[in-house]
Amino acid sequence: MPATTPAPTIATEDLACTFQVRQGIFQPKRPLKAVNGVSISVNKGEVLGLVGESGCGKSTLAKMLLGIQKPTGGRILIDGEPLDGLDRKAVARRIQPIFQDPYSSLNPRKSISSIISLPLRVHGVGGPADWERQVKEMMDLCGLPQRAYDGYPNQLSGGQRQRVAIARALVMRPEVVICDEPTSALDVSVQSQILNLLLDLQKELGLTYVLISHNLAVVQHIATRVAVMYLGRIIEQADSETLFAAPRHPYTRALLDSVLTPEPGLGVPDAQLGATFPNPIDPPSGCTFHPRCPHAMPVCRQLAPRPLAAGGSMVECHLHDPEQATAA
Amino acid sequence: MTEPAGFSLDVENLTVSIPLAAGTLRAVRGISFRVNQGETLCIVGESGCGKSLTSLALMGLLPAKAVRGADRLTLNGVDLTALSERQMSDVRGESMAMIFQEPMTSLNPAYTIGNQLEEALRRHRPVSRAEARERAIHLLEKVGITAAASRLQQYPHQLSGGLRQRVMIAMALMCGPDLLICDEPTTALDVTIQAQILHLLRDLQREFHMAIILITHDLGVVARMADRVAVMYAGEIVETGTAAEVFAAPSHPYTKGLLQCIPIPGRTKRGEHLGSIPGVVPSLIGEIAGCAFANRCPHAADACRSEPPARDLGPGRMVRCVLEPGAVPQMEPA
Ligand SMILES: Nc1ncnc2c1ncn2[C@@H]1O[C@H](COP(=O)(O)OP(=O)(O)OP(=O)(O)O)[C@@H](O)[C@H]1O
Ligand SMILES: Nc1ncnc2c1ncn2[C@@H]1O[C@H](COP(=O)(O)OP(=O)(O)OP(=O)(O)O)[C@@H](O)[C@H]1O
Ligand code: SF4
Ligand code: SF4
Ligand SMILES: [Mg+2]
Ligand SMILES: [Mg+2]
Repeated sequence: MPATTPAPTIATEDLACTFQVRQGIFQPKRPLKAVNGVSISVNKGEVLGLVGESGCGKSTLAKMLLGIQKPTGGRILIDGEPLDGLDRKAVARRIQPIFQDPYSSLNPRKSISSIISLPLRVHGVGGPADWERQVKEMMDLCGLPQRAYDGYPNQLSGGQRQRVAIARALVMRPEVVICDEPTSALDVSVQSQILNLLLDLQKELGLTYVLISHNLAVVQHIATRVAVMYLGRIIEQADSETLFAAPRHPYTRALLDSVLTPEPGLGVPDAQLGATFPNPIDPPSGCTFHPRCPHAMPVCRQLAPRPLAAGGSMVECHLHDPEQATAA
Repeated sequence: MTEPAGFSLDVENLTVSIPLAAGTLRAVRGISFRVNQGETLCIVGESGCGKSLTSLALMGLLPAKAVRGADRLTLNGVDLTALSERQMSDVRGESMAMIFQEPMTSLNPAYTIGNQLEEALRRHRPVSRAEARERAIHLLEKVGITAAASRLQQYPHQLSGGLRQRVMIAMALMCGPDLLICDEPTTALDVTIQAQILHLLRDLQREFHMAIILITHDLGVVARMADRVAVMYAGEIVETGTAAEVFAAPSHPYTKGLLQCIPIPGRTKRGEHLGSIPGVVPSLIGEIAGCAFANRCPHAADACRSEPPARDLGPGRMVRCVLEPGAVPQMEPA
């Protein structure tokens, strides 16, 4: 590698994914920009938290990183190499997913050992003797009892099933794990066990995570960097401490203001966002957040804000653009 | 109604049992609570502890094979256990209404929003279509839906999840119920919409003076919404108190454990281990000998093999544990 600093473990450049969707049976298909020009970079050992409201494109971005959704624009780099130049096995060795629902993501008819060993078998890594050893090692690491080896998912608790999903993701020894809502189907008592496990595994194996979650307290607890998405774009990015202490984008502020911390007596905040969720097929002009933004200015209706990057942070909002501030 | 003012729901020794091939599932094991007018009771507890069956039992909407028992179950003095199915269906929607987690359980995809809202009122009140329509528009505006009149012609599938949830709240309010039961009303929603909907529920409660039972497993929602809290575990209420009491001084080891499991910015440090409650809930089939939490409790001792007492810690404050409340070490501030 010619560069002096190592390339980020995972990076995207102007990544996009547009779906062609029909709104009614007789209507023509129209483009829906689920991910619309996203550039992120995650270094080894970092945890990137990805937040934003339902439908903003988090899972679509995650699926592109995993190579299971083809981008319609831009590119993904893994350790500096373009993802589309790598074969599936090579990608699977580097990036693995953990999905939300431990109930539906495990095949109920397969034994735990065959679920966890599946990636090894599919990609022909090692032989049967190897598989058993590796599966048992992973089960240990993930806190699964060895007696579960020949058991089935329905014999396990929700937390144990999510441990199986984690063991399956890690058995290929990936560098990057993409966690899409890994604990949202779980009780808080189980959630804390899984978060503790993810933190331990990260330290032990030097993993890099991309963590998608609606639970901002969880993101704040785990993430080192946070990216906030709105209608297919990253509208703010910063290291976790900075973002939570001093959010800059009005949407990020509304999001953080809406978090209900377990402090009685504080009441329920009103984020003042209104109920008009935008139609992703027909997004608002200019800054797509303008119909809900309490600070919207005339320019916001006409001109999309440009990314303003400084000191490892990025924000897309005219309020922070010196050119617009002087114009306004 | 002859009942003293300010009084709404009174439940004593409520049980729900479901006969299964493996034995009788005792899902709700004798719980008692009261909810006063204008008050919010939050019921919190882990998945499967009987929260939803409790609310369905109050509404008279249990699955056919489930058996309900109660020493007392009254709403504003009316004995709900003595009502026929017909009378109960009059009470539902009129005096008590329910909001489900999934709005499509109470919205019919085949009818317009307007039709369903109007019917919710006209089933119980002798009002004209126009009057019902007027109230529907009024309530849709109240729940924060803009251009309410034009929404009446829409079908549920034409609305986003957040809007559907609002329509369901409006529908539950059509008759101005005395008691509103909300089963995980915001679990599937974004945090911004969750805050808006909870905010709205509080406003509406103040305006209509409703009693609210809010079921959730989100401790943040509990802290911000509850006047009083009931913590359920394995079909029993193990602790009750005001939100301030339960959060500042949790007295049952399960409540204490729960509060240590969640990351709290400022109190928990980034990347550090959270507390946890190892083990799983015992089977609810048949009797549970002694304390149901014993297999997971860090303080379990011989004494816990017999049924723990419900300790009275003051008005509305109860804990079901053999330990003296002071003996359970409190959370250490970080
Ligand atoms: N296969 C598809 N075909 C058409 N549209 C799609 C497809 N997958 C996703 N979309 C649309 O793309 C947008 C982004 O969806 P995505 O699932 O990435 O959102 P998300 O941020 O993960 O939301 P959530 O928090 O609800 O999981 C949405 O408008 C969604 O309806
Ligand atoms: N129709 C049914 N038949 C058999 N068992 C049932 C039925 N409905 C509920 N149960 C069982 O009764 C117990 C209590 O269920 P309930 O739905 O009240 O739990 P919950 O506290 O609402 O949980 P969650 O937080 O997951 O919604 C569970 O063990 C559940 O599996
Ligand atoms: S660009 Fe304008 S509308 Fe967009 S977030 Fe900033 S102030 Fe609000
Ligand atoms: S009764 Fe015993 S086992 Fe049960 S919660 Fe109290 S100390 Fe723990
Ligand atoms: Mg998603
Ligand atoms: Mg439930």
